[in-house]
Amino acid sequence: MEATEEIWELRLYVAGKTAKSVMALTNLKKYCEEHLKDKYVIEVIDLLLQPQLAEGDQILAIPTLVKKVPEPIRKIIGDLSNEEKVLVGLNIRPAKK
Amino acid sequence: MDLQPSEHNKFVHRTLPKTQTGISGLDEITGGGVPKDRPTLICGAAGCGKTLFSMEFIVHGAMKFNEPGVFMAFEEKAEELAINVASLGYDLQKLQEDKMVRLDHVHIEKSEIEETGEYDLDGLFIRLGHAIDSIGAKRVVLDTIENLFSGLHNEGIIRAELRRLFGWLKEKKVTTIITGEKGDGMLTRHGLEEYVSDCVILLDHRVTNKISTRLLRVVKYRGSVHGTNEYPFLIDEDGVSVLPVTSLTLHHDVSSERIPTGVSGLDKMLGGKGFFIGSSILVSGTAGTGKTSIAGAFVNETCKNGQRCIYFAFEESPQQIIRNMKSISVDLQEHVGKGLLKFHAARPTLNGLEMHLVVIHKMVKEFRPDVVVLDPITNLITVGSVSEVKSLLIRLIDFLQSEQITVMFTALTLNDNVTGQTDESISSLVDAWLMVRDIEFNGERNRGLYVMKSRGMKHSNQVREFVIDDSGLELVDVYLGPDGVLTGSAREAEQLLEKTGVVLRDHAVSLKDREIERKKMILESKINSLKQEFDSFQDDLNKTYVEEELRKSVLEKNRSELTRKRDGAAGEIEDTL
Repeated sequence: MEATEEIWELRLYVAGKTAKSVMALTNLKKYCEEHLKDKYVIEVIDLLLQPQLAEGDQILAIPTLVKKVPEPIRKIIGDLSNEEKVLVGLNIRPAKK
Repeated sequence: MDLQPSEHNKFVHRTLPKTQTGISGLDEITGGGVPKDRPTLICGAAGCGKTLFSMEFIVHGAMKFNEPGVFMAFEEKAEELAINVASLGYDLQKLQEDKMVRLDHVHIEKSEIEETGEYDLDGLFIRLGHAIDSIGAKRVVLDTIENLFSGLHNEGIIRAELRRLFGWLKEKKVTTIITGEKGDGMLTRHGLEEYVSDCVILLDHRVTNKISTRLLRVVKYRGSVHGTNEYPFLIDEDGVSVLPVTSLTLHHDVSSERIPTGVSGLDKMLGGKGFFIGSSILVSGTAGTGKTSIAGAFVNETCKNGQRCIYFAFEESPQQIIRNMKSISVDLQEHVGKGLLKFHAARPTLNGLEMHLVVIHKMVKEFRPDVVVLDPITNLITVGSVSEVKSLLIRLIDFLQSEQITVMFTALTLNDNVTGQTDESISSLVDAWLMVRDIEFNGERNRGLYVMKSRGMKHSNQVREFVIDDSGLELVDVYLGPDGVLTGSAREAEQLLEKTGVVLRDHAVSLKDREIERKKMILESKINSLKQEFDSFQDDLNKTYVEEELRKSVLEKNRSELTRKRDGAAGEIEDTL
């Protein structure tokens, strides 16, 4: 990968500690450790505590993972159980090899 | 007139609590608005006014009922919405600053979203919840929530979440309007009506004969009585107005007061006073018989009495009518200037029939006239069938009568059906029917007017000749000569002839008088001479009689003389004379 200095800024929107949220966070951490070691920041936003933030990122579904940097902005919703899709969504792996 | 028994126990129903939408007419149809604290679905095809309807619900809530509202747009951006409704005079920016309205644009970009595994729509709930709580909203609009289906793949989740959302909104105690696009064979494309079971309103935009009409129908309203018809509605510079323009009852009050017609002869034909206030009058006749002039005279008279009037012209422009009326000394411009008269001119093809009705309704409600004139209704037939026009007129008459407004229609009849059935066959609906017709005779056409009917008043059964000249309208008695009804110059000629006859007769009479006088004189002189004759005859008779007497006495004297002489001795001669 060329852009080694690039940092993946990831935001995970959750609403309380639900099973899906916990699962999503666990999955995300696992993938990041595997593929983006030391190149990622995960910010977990609990909308129950900060509901006003939902509007900014156009959050509908919970959990939603938003990748702001690097461009393009992508959103991945769900518990992130499908690793392939998450990696494609995060531009870690091209859609087709 | 009160038809209710004076003492009655009215059963008071406990009705479903409702939230007024503030949209004129809709609250009447639904009997008070949409169900309070429950979701209502407004569905319809693209461009039928769903967004505007829901926006009015929010804006009226904020401005009229002091109920803050959240407008969650899934289609248009907040700024776009603000611009769209600014043209209706709503300042969303200001309302947002006042914390009365909150716009929230939910943007779903399918290409940005990847779905992996299970999720729910808590984000939407939280967003909405936050928006509601931040301004204490009582009203919510979700426009168009079906966009979720195009943005997300997992329909199962969306359906389950929508069901939960509507339940949650009910718990939140907010009155919600959800809009949905019309689908094939279903009210909405994704079957939203399945979830929103309390109230469903269907909007339609129909084009028949290239003329569009917007229609609204309350498909369903659980737990409430509602109007079930299709009601036309109008979107104009004042926003949406729905008009419950169906004839519901025949319970309007009646007036026995009269309104003069503006033609003195016509007043006389109608029992001397004119039409009833609040009645409907049809003036029908063939082309060029002066229907518009009668209407103009009526308007003029009404305005002169300080009453208000609207003139709906479907054939001529207001300027044209004013100019033409001036030629018969009816100055309508003056009344327009005083604000007593309002013209509304439109080609019938401008709108669908229903829209005309809506426009009339709206103008009548605004202007509050005492008299409405529609000139002519025949033209409406170009935009609808006979039965449609009839139903329109029924509703119009009902509406105007309930408002105690006198209405005058003019209608063109064709020469071949003068028998009485007007084209719109509304003759049974109107209270008074004046018929103006051509009387063709002696190489000229003249106008004859008669009152076909006039409910509830004595009216003349005569055909009167109707003359329009520089000084206005006038009714002349039709001349009934020995050869039948005469009009126009034939009548004038006959009248002249009659006048000559009178002079001749006068002359003849004076001749005869003199003759008699003479005869009398002759007679008198004859009598005189006879009398003279008689006198002389009498004198004659008298003369003989005296002579006889004399002779008799002389004879007597002579005889006694003789006797005495004969006795002789003691003869002393006595004088017997």
